[in-house]
Amino acid sequence: MVRRVDPDSRRFRDIVRGKIRDNLKHYISRGELIARQGKNSVSVPLPQIDIPNFRFGKTEQGGVGQGPGGEGASLGGEEADGGPEAGDQPGEHVLEVDVTLEELAEILGEELELPRIEPKGTESVHTTKERYTGINSTGPESLRHFKRTFKQALKRQIQTGNYDPENPIIIPTREDRRYRSWKTLSVPQSNAVIIYMMDVSGSMGNEQKEIVRIESFWLDTWLKSQYENIETRYIIHDAAARVVDAHTFFHIRESGGTKISSAYKLAKEVIEKEFPPSEWNIYPFHFSDGDNWGGDDTSLCMSILSEQLMPWSNIFCYGQVKSAYGSGQFIKDLREAFPGDDRLILSEINSRDEILTSLKTFLGKGK
Amino acid sequence: MFEQRTLTPRLEELRREIRGYAVEYGLDFFEVIFEMVDYDEMNMIASYGGFPTRYPHWRFGMQFEELQKSYSYGLSKIYELVINTDPCYAYLMRSNPEVDQKLVMAHVYGHSDFFKHNYWFSKTNRQMVDTTANHAVKVRRHIDRYGLEEVEQFIEVCLSLENMIDPHAPYFGEYSKQSEESLEEERLAIHGTKFKTKPFMEEFVNPPEVLKEERRKRLKELEREERFPAKPQRDVLKFLIENAPLRRWQRDILQIIRDEAYYFAPQGMTKIMNEGWASYWHSKIMTTRALEASEVIDYADHHSGTMGTRPGVLNPYKVGIELFRDIEERWNTGRFGPEYDACDDYRARREWNRETGLGREKIFEVRKIYNDITFIDEFLTQDFCDRSELFTYKFDRHSGNYVIESREFKAIKDKLLDSLANLGRPIIHVDDGNFKNRGDMHLTHEYHGVPLKLDYARATLENLHRIWSRGVHLETQVDGKKKLLSFNGSRHEEKVLG
Repeated sequence: MVRRVDPDSRRFRDIVRGKIRDNLKHYISRGELIARQGKNSVSVPLPQIDIPNFRFGKTEQGGVGQGPGGEGASLGGEEADGGPEAGDQPGEHVLEVDVTLEELAEILGEELELPRIEPKGTESVHTTKERYTGINSTGPESLRHFKRTFKQALKRQIQTGNYDPENPIIIPTREDRRYRSWKTLSVPQSNAVIIYMMDVSGSMGNEQKEIVRIESFWLDTWLKSQYENIETRYIIHDAAARVVDAHTFFHIRESGGTKISSAYKLAKEVIEKEFPPSEWNIYPFHFSDGDNWGGDDTSLCMSILSEQLMPWSNIFCYGQVKSAYGSGQFIKDLREAFPGDDRLILSEINSRDEILTSLKTFLGKGK
Repeated sequence: MFEQRTLTPRLEELRREIRGYAVEYGLDFFEVIFEMVDYDEMNMIASYGGFPTRYPHWRFGMQFEELQKSYSYGLSKIYELVINTDPCYAYLMRSNPEVDQKLVMAHVYGHSDFFKHNYWFSKTNRQMVDTTANHAVKVRRHIDRYGLEEVEQFIEVCLSLENMIDPHAPYFGEYSKQSEESLEEERLAIHGTKFKTKPFMEEFVNPPEVLKEERRKRLKELEREERFPAKPQRDVLKFLIENAPLRRWQRDILQIIRDEAYYFAPQGMTKIMNEGWASYWHSKIMTTRALEASEVIDYADHHSGTMGTRPGVLNPYKVGIELFRDIEERWNTGRFGPEYDACDDYRARREWNRETGLGREKIFEVRKIYNDITFIDEFLTQDFCDRSELFTYKFDRHSGNYVIESREFKAIKDKLLDSLANLGRPIIHVDDGNFKNRGDMHLTHEYHGVPLKLDYARATLENLHRIWSRGVHLETQVDGKKKLLSFNGSRHEEKVLG
């Protein structure tokens, strides 16, 4: 049933979406949405949606209350909005609106004009689904189709001449009963795995990790909206690599040298063991400040990339975060090694403001 | 499946019972039509201010989402919703237990009696359901013709100004216009008053400097009269409808917003009284008549929930019901009048009882002629303040918290009256529609110690500009200084006035 309020609600949500789209860059560079993530939705703070009017500044107004307590006792609870000097920007009032992750992904997609991803390997994996489409003469009572049962009884009574239009009583018998029945359908399933790799050597500071964190939140959001079944693996490396959980991935701080090949090797092993490339869409993302330990290791990286990781993956993404210590050499090496190869996407992220363009670079190919 | 909204036979039986008690107690109400709704229907009706037939606008969708969210998190639940119309419509939540339904019914009969008899409701449109539906039809027609966004945005602009009405205007008829004749007389009198005297005394009885000064004043007054508007006008919406360069459909929408704002204003003017009165009666009817023994605990739980207080917020239900009870008690025992007021013997006052027995009669009278301001002004007593532990609070800059400021009777009363004045909104009037002689609009905020929220004020000026389409100026006080906030269509300006 369509409720009277639905069009107005929809309109409100449209406006909310519009506001989020307008401020997307701001939300992305601040990274404030990540902390507000619930299970399936994000609580987005929206300025300027309230309708303004002439009203009193609450702080100065005070008022009358009720209850015990001496003069000067704090009322606790409610926080005051800032004083008059805080009000230089119109509409500082903030309303929080819940937006589902799918919606957020859609907004991101619209804003960045991201193409939908064509999953590969859809033919090879199938899952089954039950659909209640048919009618059967046997079945459990819980699935009995009331209307069809009576229809059947009516038909039978008319045929046998037991139906009296003056006194239309219809009594279904056991044979009249009809039940909903299901069919098992086989549907192709698209699986994807995201493998995040991050350099956690001494040269990657907190700001660099924050950038990686924000970037991966949005990558997650977009890719989740594109695949039904998505897995995530996190790999950190300095001179050696290991698989960790998401929390460790974003919070750990190590020091030491950098051997990128260790991460690539581990990624290769993870894929071999868990995610056969014929059945999985594979998205490795590697973030580093571009410092690697010696040319030998770099050439090892290139050979793993060209022989395993790149042929297996939909795209291989390398994001280079600028840090005060890193030389930034690795991206140049990659560029040299694979000129014009569209399976490899490179992006340099110098500051938070560039996350948006970097997302566009990574996801803009629709692969 | 569509569910029936009519009462179940059992509830209908209860309704008759409760209605009977209400009539016995002397309540005289508009007949009440109860409907049963689910929580989302309830939230929907509430988000339209009780009128699901209102014009479409996303603001209602926003309110609905907020109510839904707060209901699903268990933060709030609307128990009762009653509409001031004749007959009165009231909504019951389908999921409520029987005892709650009884309580709500008794409460609603209280409201309906108040709607019918309180003077401040006497000018409201009792066919508002039809009127809002008509408004909606008009708005939809404008949307069809001029496009959703265009109309929607204009409504938003109007809503931003919707509180710029004069809530008292309906009770004093149209502006008392001076007749042309008397204006003419004044025009003739600008030469100042001369006293009759002998010629040689002329210079002393009618000194020329005084006459000159008087003439100057008169001329100034005259100039003032020819200004536009002649007198400062608080019904800014009316001024805009009559004078702003609007297209016909825009004028129509502004008129709709204004009509609805006036309809809702009395509810703001009598919040404490109205809720107090309804609570008084649900309590009276339930505890003396309708309550079954098995329901006492649930009733007490619900009632105390309604009467609960939080620091920093005055619960109108609680203050209202207690003031009505206090009045009843005082008029029953004769604790009023000069003799009682003059008595300063604590003990004599406490035991005062003249057995006047006028309480019931008095509260019926009070519900007829008072509004919140006059109600508080007249019946809030020192004793009541002490007993109810009322206090004033203020913002403390050092701790960043609200703290209790005072428990002094006068301070409490002043603060309370202040917060009720003009429905708790700033009083702003338009006093020049041709400011600087270039068609700008000049508004003045009557400053009584509480400054405006500046960011909102600026955004509202922008909206005002969209209607007036020439510069708009607002005189107010900021940080203790008189300032003129201006918006000329592209830029905000702020000027300190001498």
